[in-house]
Parts: sequence; structure tokens; C-alpha cells
Amino acid sequence: MAVIYLDNNATTRVAPEVLEAMLPFFKEQYGNPSSAHTFGGKVAKDIRAAREQLANLIGARPEEILFTSCGTESDSTAIRAAVGANPDKKHIITTRVEHPAVKNLCEHLSRHGYRVTFVPVDRQGRLDLDFLYKNLSPDTAVVSIMWANNETGTLFPIEEISRHVREKGIVFHTDAVQATGKIPINLKELDVDMLSISGHKIHAPKGVGALYVRWGTKFLPFLLGGHQEGGRRAGTENVASIVGLGRAAELAARHLDSDMARVRKLRDRLETGLLEKISNTMLNGDPKNRLPNTTNISFEFIEGESILLMMDALGICASSGSACTSGSLEPSHVLRAMGVPFTAAHGSIRFSLSVYNTEEEIDFVIEKLPPIIERLRSMSPFWREQQKKN
Amino acid sequence: MWEYSDKVKEHFVNPRNVGEIENADAVGEVGSMACGDALKLMLKLDENERIVDAKFQTFGCASAIASSSALTEMVIGKTLEEARQITNDQIADYLGGLPKEKMHCSVMGRDALEKAIACYRGDAEERPEGNIVCECFGVTDLEIERAVRENHLTDIESVTNYTKAGGGCGQCHDRIQEIIDAVLAGEKPSEKEPERLTNLQRIKLIEETLSREIKPALRQDGGDIELVDVDGSRVLVKLFGACAACTKSHITLKDYVENKLRELVAADLTVEEVR
Repeated sequence: MAVIYLDNNATTRVAPEVLEAMLPFFKEQYGNPSSAHTFGGKVAKDIRAAREQLANLIGARPEEILFTSCGTESDSTAIRAAVGANPDKKHIITTRVEHPAVKNLCEHLSRHGYRVTFVPVDRQGRLDLDFLYKNLSPDTAVVSIMWANNETGTLFPIEEISRHVREKGIVFHTDAVQATGKIPINLKELDVDMLSISGHKIHAPKGVGALYVRWGTKFLPFLLGGHQEGGRRAGTENVASIVGLGRAAELAARHLDSDMARVRKLRDRLETGLLEKISNTMLNGDPKNRLPNTTNISFEFIEGESILLMMDALGICASSGSACTSGSLEPSHVLRAMGVPFTAAHGSIRFSLSVYNTEEEIDFVIEKLPPIIERLRSMSPFWREQQKKN
Repeated sequence: MWEYSDKVKEHFVNPRNVGEIENADAVGEVGSMACGDALKLMLKLDENERIVDAKFQTFGCASAIASSSALTEMVIGKTLEEARQITNDQIADYLGGLPKEKMHCSVMGRDALEKAIACYRGDAEERPEGNIVCECFGVTDLEIERAVRENHLTDIESVTNYTKAGGGCGQCHDRIQEIIDAVLAGEKPSEKEPERLTNLQRIKLIEETLSREIKPALRQDGGDIELVDVDGSRVLVKLFGACAACTKSHITLKDYVENKLRELVAADLTVEEVR
């Protein structure tokens, strides 16, 4: 059975060009970039090239890029560096809708002497900026705000926020794991101090990430040891994956506009098709300021895991904010922070597309989903009650 | 993704006995939309109290639907007395086992069956209700005690898997541990007075107050109101008909709806309109 992969905010396919670029480093080019011999030194050059490719994608300087093992490591490194470098400041600001990589770290720090302010969002997932600005204080060590939300695709106004935060002399970090490669990012024109990237969300392999640290930002390494990455991230480089990330960044930089225009068209086709064909549905998130590849739709009166399993039987891959899928018993913290009613939060499905999706796939989903929803609703006591009311 | 047995998958894809029984002799409803799963079980009995038909409607995940389907197959042909002996473990076994995080689905089936039988016997009111321990999911000390006793649970995580208790904010973990310790020590756990309304009770009371007190009044003026959500002390409502178009709707909301809810449910409630 063919797989229709609409879960690209979870992970993406490794681009064939990326794999191609990586293979030599699993075979003949196995040198250690730190070695003194030419054999290792050659590999160091390839890492330098990858650093330039990634820097180019986000408008940074190569020396401002650290390679890490994943987005989570980048987030942890950034936030811990910011609080570690500002030992007198005991306040952190983040949002109620962050990825667990930031959310759980901040909650952890709140149990270890830090005061954490979680900025709320409105019904469409838009950040309460007044609340954020009001809470900036001389005691604030770092403000960490995601660029794009992984569940709804909602984009936060990072340009404006970073400017305000910088004016107060506070370190600003953004988790750009979902935004990178999907929207243009030019750090030269922004007041962002640190920015996290994950490889496997942009068609590079799992197990590699990056952290941008603006030149001059006070920094403390998370991993101590060797002198790799200028002493800012010890540990022998994951050479093949770093080269892969560089190549993926180069592809993204070259095709971002055309690829994302195509993805947006497919996403809109899917979204319009489902909202038109299925009653009692709603879009979660900001319909305007949104990633081009993401749509999060609630199908009222039914539960998300059931929908996913029915789709899975047809080879369609997506994800859900329902409680049952996550292993926790409560629906997604993002949807709850937005005030999405329980009737809808449990039945939310996130579709996230990539450039590898086709119009045929989208039309297949638009055709197959309505009967699935209808079937599950015919079993639901709440749907029946609703029908009787009408 | 959960690893379901083939039988769970089969019952999920081809559920038996979905639907409604007209003039059912016994109905058992458990769960709620807020909890993430709910089951309505209907039974038809013959003159000897033998179950001749059973139907269900379920809102929930694959294992909730499969557990409901299995339950109906298990009870048809049994007398009420025989059906009463069915345990949640037997439902899970019938399905070739459930992932441990999903055991509460089988418990939900057992609870619905018990409620249906109680409904038929007319003794629904007499069952001791217990005191709420887990406010997030509205689970009582008696329910937890029973799950611990019947399934030989020894830690909080298993209690959460079987009853959902402790799966939300986690504030009740100490209390759950006390109950486990008490059951293990062979004692009856100490009773504690519930301090205030649970979230579920509060939402229910708000819903009831709206339909009993507020809706009829608004309808007289050609308007209507619907509860959209409750977020802490914020009550989010939607206005319809004359109310939606009325320029004085905010006065209706604050002076009438909010006051009424504060009087009858809780003094800290605020009402907000969503459009």
C-alpha cells in the first residue's frame, strides 16, 4: 500500500540529494575533522561548507552556527546558556504553546529558582503581545518564543518581538524548528540572539540540529570536552549528518519560494476540500499568519485516535491533538491554551505537507476522509444528540 | 502508535451492535466529552431478565470502541445476574488484552454495564458516590479503591491507566498513594470531605443552570444562549437570535446571566461572549 505522508511537522523524508551528499562519509571519507592529517582535514572542509550553506539559508554568518544533535539540544543549550550567562537574573518568559523541548525545560527551571511567565494566546493562537511586553523586567534573563507553532502552524511576529526584547537588553531565543526552510528568515535584519534548527524537519536526517548564536552573545557551552565547534559544543562531529543538513539547507534556500508556493496550494486545496465536504469542522490556528504547509482541523464529536487509525488503514499518515494519541490523558496543551472546546480538541487532526506531496494524494484524502468521519460520528452518542437537536 | 491486538483492531474496524434500542429496558451512560471518552449502553431484556439485545454508542479511541463492541457481544444471552459478574479484566481478555495505558477503556465498559443494571433495578440513587480525589477526571476514592483492589494495583501509574485518576495535573498523587497504601495494608481508606466543586461538577452545574434558569428566560424574548466552553472561572457562551443582534446583549450577559451563574454555581464566575 502506498503511503500518503501528511505528517511532515513530525519528521520528513530525507531528500535524495541529501542522502547522496552523505554517503561518502559513511564509506571512504571517514576521517576525524579534528585530526592533523590531510585525510581528516578534508572532512573539516566539508563541515565548513555545510556551515556556510546553513548560514546562507537564515542570513547568518558561518561562525554563528553551532551544529548539535537535535532541535531539543539546541533549545536546551540556548536557554541554559542565557540563564547561565546572566546569573543575577531569575526570570524567564516563554509562551503557553511551546514545544515540550522549551516548555518542559522552563517548567523544570521554575522548580529550581526561576520565575517563569507563560504568555497566553487567543482563540486563534495569536500571542498576547501586550502581556509579553508588560512582563519584560530587569530581572528577565531570556525570552524564548517559538517562530511557528508545530501543531497549528501559527506564526508569531518574531521581528517585532525580538526588537522589543533587544531594546530592553534581554537575550531573545526562538525555536525555529518548524519555521526554518518554510518561510524566509534573514537574521541580519532581526534582533534575534539565538535560534534553534532541527535537521529532520527540513529533509535532512534525524540526529542533527543547529543553533544560531549571534556574534557577541554571551554564551556557555552545554556539553564540555573537546574544542569542537569552537569550544561551544564538545563531541566529535556527526559528519555525515552535518553534511546532509548543509545540503538540505542549500536545497531549501534555492527552492523555498517555488516549493512553498506549491505546498501552500496543496494545503489550501486539502483544507478547503475537507471544510466544505464535512460539517461541524473548524480550523484551529491563525488562518492568515501561518506556515504554508500546516492545517489543523477539528472534527467535532469524535475522537482523534479513531480518525488516525481509520486513515492509517488507507495509508494516510497525519497526527492528532487528542489525549489518546499522546499517551497523556489530556488533549494538546496548545489547543487548550487557545481555548478550543473539548468537543473539538479531542477530534483535532494535523495535516502537514511537504514538497513531495502530490495533488492526487490530496484528492485521495479529500475523497476518503468524509466517509471515515461519518462512520465514526454514527457511533458517537454526542453526534446523535447533536442531530436530534437540529 | 499503540500496539493493539488483532482482535481490538477487528472490533474497531467492524464494531458489533452499534446503535440504539427503542424503549430499552436498561441504559447506562458513563464518561463525558471533556474526559475524552464516553459510552452509552442500552439493553433489552426478556421476562426472565435475560439480555436479548445490547447496543452501544461510543465517543473515544479505537480501544474504547472495541471494548464497547466486545462488551455487547459478551452480555447478549446472559441474565442480568450473570452479566453483573463481568469484570473489566474479562473485557480486556476477550479482546486479547489491551495496552496498559488503555485499561480504563475496559473499566468504562464495566461501569456502563453496572450503571445500566442499576438503572433497570431502579437503585441508581442508592450507590455510594464517594468523594472526588482526581478533580481533572472526576474520579472518586471509592472508584480508585475498587480498581486497586480488583486489579491488584500497586502504584500510581497503574491507577491512572485503569481509572484515569492522576493523569491530569497530578495534584492528587499523594491522595492516590494513600488509598493504595491503605488497600495494601488491608484497611479502609480514611474519608475526606470534598472541599469544593470539581471541574466536571462545575461544568455540569453551569450547563444545568443555563438550560433550567437562563435559556427559558432568553427564549421568551426570542433569543437563545449556548455554552461554548468553561476555562477556569471563565464561562464562554454564544448568543443567538434576538440576543445576538441586541445592542444591549452585554447587559444581558453581565446583569442577568453572570449574576444568575454566580448565585447558583460559584461566586467567582465571569461570563464572556464568543462570536
